[in-house]
Amino acid sequence: MPSRRALIGGAAASVAATVLAAPHARAQVQPQVVVVGGGFAGASCARALKQLDRDLAVTLIEPEAAYLACPFSNAVLAGLRGIEAQTFGYDRFGDIGLIRKGAVAFDAGRRRVRLDDGTDIAYARLVLAPGVDLRFDALSGYDEAAAEVMPHAWKAGPQTLLLRDQLTAMPDGGVVILSAPANPFRCPPGPYERASLIAHYLKTSKPRSKLIILDAKDAFSKQRLFEAAWRELYPGLIEWVPLSSGGRVTEVDPATRTLVTEFGSHKADIANVIPPQRAGRIAQSAGVADQTGWCPIDPITFESRLQPAIHVVGDAAIGGAMPKSAFSANAQAKACAAAVAALVRERQPASPKLINTCYSLVAPGYGISIAGVYQPRDGLLAEVEGAGGTSPLEAPLSVRELEAAYAEDWFRTITSEVFG
Amino acid sequence: MTSHDLRSSKDRRGGRSPAPALLAAPVLLAVLAASTPGWADAAPGAAACTGCHGPAALGSAIPSLDGHAAEDIVAQMQAFRSGERKATVMDRIARGYTEEETRAIAEWLAKPEAARHAQP
Repeated sequence: MPSRRALIGGAAASVAATVLAAPHARAQVQPQVVVVGGGFAGASCARALKQLDRDLAVTLIEPEAAYLACPFSNAVLAGLRGIEAQTFGYDRFGDIGLIRKGAVAFDAGRRRVRLDDGTDIAYARLVLAPGVDLRFDALSGYDEAAAEVMPHAWKAGPQTLLLRDQLTAMPDGGVVILSAPANPFRCPPGPYERASLIAHYLKTSKPRSKLIILDAKDAFSKQRLFEAAWRELYPGLIEWVPLSSGGRVTEVDPATRTLVTEFGSHKADIANVIPPQRAGRIAQSAGVADQTGWCPIDPITFESRLQPAIHVVGDAAIGGAMPKSAFSANAQAKACAAAVAALVRERQPASPKLINTCYSLVAPGYGISIAGVYQPRDGLLAEVEGAGGTSPLEAPLSVRELEAAYAEDWFRTITSEVFG
Repeated sequence: MTSHDLRSSKDRRGGRSPAPALLAAPVLLAVLAASTPGWADAAPGAAACTGCHGPAALGSAIPSLDGHAAEDIVAQMQAFRSGERKATVMDRIARGYTEEETRAIAEWLAKPEAARHAQP
């Protein structure tokens, strides 16, 4: 696959990275670990690898200059937070070799990744953290152009601001429709946190308006907590239409902002279409995604079941019982880093134990959570029985306030750990 | 301050024994002996803690785990597990760990701060 010239370029880049990374270390035996993707999973993994073993040469490949975090982006579109609070640069990655290029091709046999400028980078182990791609082939009429009218806002950035601006411009008395996909997808409680915070905005700024959730599921994360809070905080404002009542959207028409379900059609003033998803494009080109669109992995090492020496972490991986969340991505990345650091030194990786905690804001100062503890079982990450669960259904407001405060502080802590 | 505050429990048992000083020597040796710094030798599960519990300097309402004796952490996890100590989320998480796992994690967490939050 690689041309001779590209290979020489790759070798030179690799030597340069080695020299920069550890001037007095054992350069000849320094194993090269390459991480592709600078989100919560990839950035956590690169950082953890270097912390685990300073003599590893760690390279992080990420084409974007900054990362826009999804957790708390629902607060941005409800006007409660600025987008700058979601934005994190890559200037605090110490002696991790940061390459601002896209990865375009993979040669698992020869252990090389090709960049969009034609350079090849050799690796001992490769970690892929490609996140999710929105499927623009899943709902008839919903493509990238339609998303400019009916935003998904499921990747933080311009889409978040587009939906925010639509909400700001909508007259009082409007109808907002949110379409939620079937499982699995990024951030299972996310659509319902979003519905809550949009409802908060409507209640305070446009009280004659209405919000309809068209859902491709009959149940959702933290459902009883959300529904109880909606009755309490937003009576009559949110209507949830489950799958069994015709909630699954099959087709959209951006020209008229119409969403078609199996039972009829709904016309919206604002349509937030969260489409089905799959592992990011890079997972497809590396051959680590299966027919489901997601990446099967070994739950101890996060090594792909389909390609040797390639590990997959974060939303793209089939995490078993673990939800696709930033918290999971960070926890998986650290466990994967420990396994990779062991494998490159020919040591036996230890079986990991992982945590997930997802906070959702139902309103400012009103937080709820779901938590779980996970470990490998029968080839998957399984929930440790007797642990985890949601916030109590009955709780004083002081508990909701505390969880809202913890949510904010969790975000500060994790982004500081991941991005420095 | 919050239901999560570990420090209050430390104060309650203040002056009880010189255990921290006795522990310090083997911990220091373990750190010096490790060929690689960081959490290469961390107990399974320990790395997940720092997603919420960061360095004290962050000033978070979620308390830092820095500077706590292993015995303190083991006792608090036991209190979370039994429900003796009220919590928002730590009760749900503590129940996922056995006594032995908790102890291994606590002993790693009790190591000097630099071993865990070191910048690459």
